[in-house]
Amino acid sequence: MLFDVRLPIGLLFLAIGLLVAGYGVLGPTTLSAGVNIDLIWGGVMAVFGAIMLALAALAKRGQLDPPPED
Amino acid sequence: MHLGAVDWGVICLYLVFVLGIGIVSARRAKSGNDFFLAGRAIPAWVCGLAFISANLGAQEVIGMGASGAKYGIATAHFYWIGAIPAMVFIGIFMMPFYYGSKARSAPEYLRMRFDEKTRALNALTFAAMTILNSGISMYALAKLIQTLHVFDGPFAALGLPQAWIFHGAILTAATVVLVYIYLGGLRGAIYNEVLQFFLIVAGFAPLVWLGLRQVGGWEGLQTTLGPGYTHAWAGMAHASTNKLGVDWFGLSMGLGFVLSFGYWCTDFLVVQRAMAANSMSAARRTPLIAAGVKMFIPFIVILPGLIAIALTSAPDHPGKAPAAAVRAGEIVQHDPGVIPIKIDSTTGKPMLDARGQPQLDYDLATPNLLLRYFPIGMVGVGLTALLASFMSGMAGGVTAFNTVFTYDIYQAYIRKEAPDGHYLMVGRLATLFGIAASVAAAYLCSQFNNINDFLQLVMAFVNAPVFATFLLGMFWKRTTGHGAFIGLAAGTLTAAIHHGLTLPINDAPGLKGGWLGVMQTYPSEMAQNFWIAIWAWSACFIVTIAVSLVTRPKPQEELAGLVYSLTPKIVHEKGPWYMRPVTLGVIMLTLTVILNLIFR
Repeated sequence: MLFDVRLPIGLLFLAIGLLVAGYGVLGPTTLSAGVNIDLIWGGVMAVFGAIMLALAALAKRGQLDPPPED
Repeated sequence: MHLGAVDWGVICLYLVFVLGIGIVSARRAKSGNDFFLAGRAIPAWVCGLAFISANLGAQEVIGMGASGAKYGIATAHFYWIGAIPAMVFIGIFMMPFYYGSKARSAPEYLRMRFDEKTRALNALTFAAMTILNSGISMYALAKLIQTLHVFDGPFAALGLPQAWIFHGAILTAATVVLVYIYLGGLRGAIYNEVLQFFLIVAGFAPLVWLGLRQVGGWEGLQTTLGPGYTHAWAGMAHASTNKLGVDWFGLSMGLGFVLSFGYWCTDFLVVQRAMAANSMSAARRTPLIAAGVKMFIPFIVILPGLIAIALTSAPDHPGKAPAAAVRAGEIVQHDPGVIPIKIDSTTGKPMLDARGQPQLDYDLATPNLLLRYFPIGMVGVGLTALLASFMSGMAGGVTAFNTVFTYDIYQAYIRKEAPDGHYLMVGRLATLFGIAASVAAAYLCSQFNNINDFLQLVMAFVNAPVFATFLLGMFWKRTTGHGAFIGLAAGTLTAAIHHGLTLPINDAPGLKGGWLGVMQTYPSEMAQNFWIAIWAWSACFIVTIAVSLVTRPKPQEELAGLVYSLTPKIVHEKGPWYMRPVTLGVIMLTLTVILNLIFR
């Protein structure tokens, strides 16, 4: 692989997640179907991004992704 | 529709990353092998997600939401019957020939197996169909952006007429996709498709969650809409007792066998993703991993349609009780319903169906639901998901087109012997041309009111007979080139004639069929599409066998690696049990049966 695709995915999700969750906290409170979806889903996206970055870091240290077998 | 700065921030972040991936991928797009096949160096899970993502284009997200609102959960048949079995089949049985033959494209496999003319016919029809497909994606994006008034503010600020929004949207999407494919080739497209896949899920999963909260969960949907909408197999014994207007035979043969296998097992747009895998084992696992994800896609693309129709039948704000008692499953248009009434763009009046009732604009089911339930912030995420889906669909078509054009049309017929760098340049120019042609196709698409039905029709003409050709080619060594070519032509001709002689009920002869005279009417356009496919496939199958039996086959030694009985079997599967294609295939089929039982 040229680069680990989990790296851009992780960075983008972390950035979008923090942006949206931050707006959910600091912006005017809008509830959809009774929940602050900006905060909740922004948080979910940020956590997902962090997990992707962690996986990419683990892979770089050779602890994931066995080489192709044939 | 008003977007906040945070929404623009999310969309801009997405565009920066998508273009960035293209620019970084360009560092490794130095040869034809890199540009067209991603160097055959991509791991299975990346290929698998790209495989899914290339199909999560406009026809999927908007079309399946529209079909969900129109036909209910029965739309999931397009996944559980119309995709999974075919994806398991290609992974276990067909991938060894595609990957093992070292063909660079599906038409090239046909040349190796049969002859030049069969390849030419397949390459030309595929190229045309792929451009149409990309055009559909682009049209859907532009129409949506225009309808949602997303660009109204910026256009007004620049002093441009609002009518230019449609053209502006098409130009923007086309340019972004052009840049990342022109630079990064298939690798750029695949990496972006994986990113886009996660963004699509991130955009639609919370929509379903909020929507279900609003309608009282799955039970609430069942109560509001009735069994016709929430049971996939209700009334499938007869065409007149279900919303699709097809019986179980038409469904399982037309969709489950012909259309599904024709698409998933032969369409180079999907096959190309598996061919980029870093090993035979990874190539075989690609469609199987994809199947594991694919079977759950209905929950993010079809459910929004059901939720939207539920909120259209029963408004979500109390105090506006319907005037008359409404039976379950009956659609009543409330103001403001989530799904608007379809307006004729020329007269500005509501469009009526055969019974004089106003038609609903189902294509807006998912986008309108998104605008209603996402506040500023999440709207940016939702619009990014829509953008991502359109771009992945379009990019899938464009990468398949540039490869087939370069290797199967240009190298085959225009300039046979040239250095690799020359073909790399042609591939980049083909990308430019393909996108320009897609733009033209986008303007053609405004004729049809349901993009999904339209796509099924195109697939029925082109793809339905092709599967008979590949099936006989891979599994019957006696099949000849003349047989394959004449069979393919006969199949496509049969599709056209069948379309010309039949018509969906309530439609006028013309684009919908019946242009040769109406011999038969079908209860729905979908039923007509399925039966066109069945006829086309059968004609191709029978004619190919008949002509093969009277023509001379290729010598057996030329067919090693291309035909099942002349290729050494893969006996020893390496790796742990859960990595083995057959085991994975059985798991995917079992899970699909379970899903069908749950939503029967």
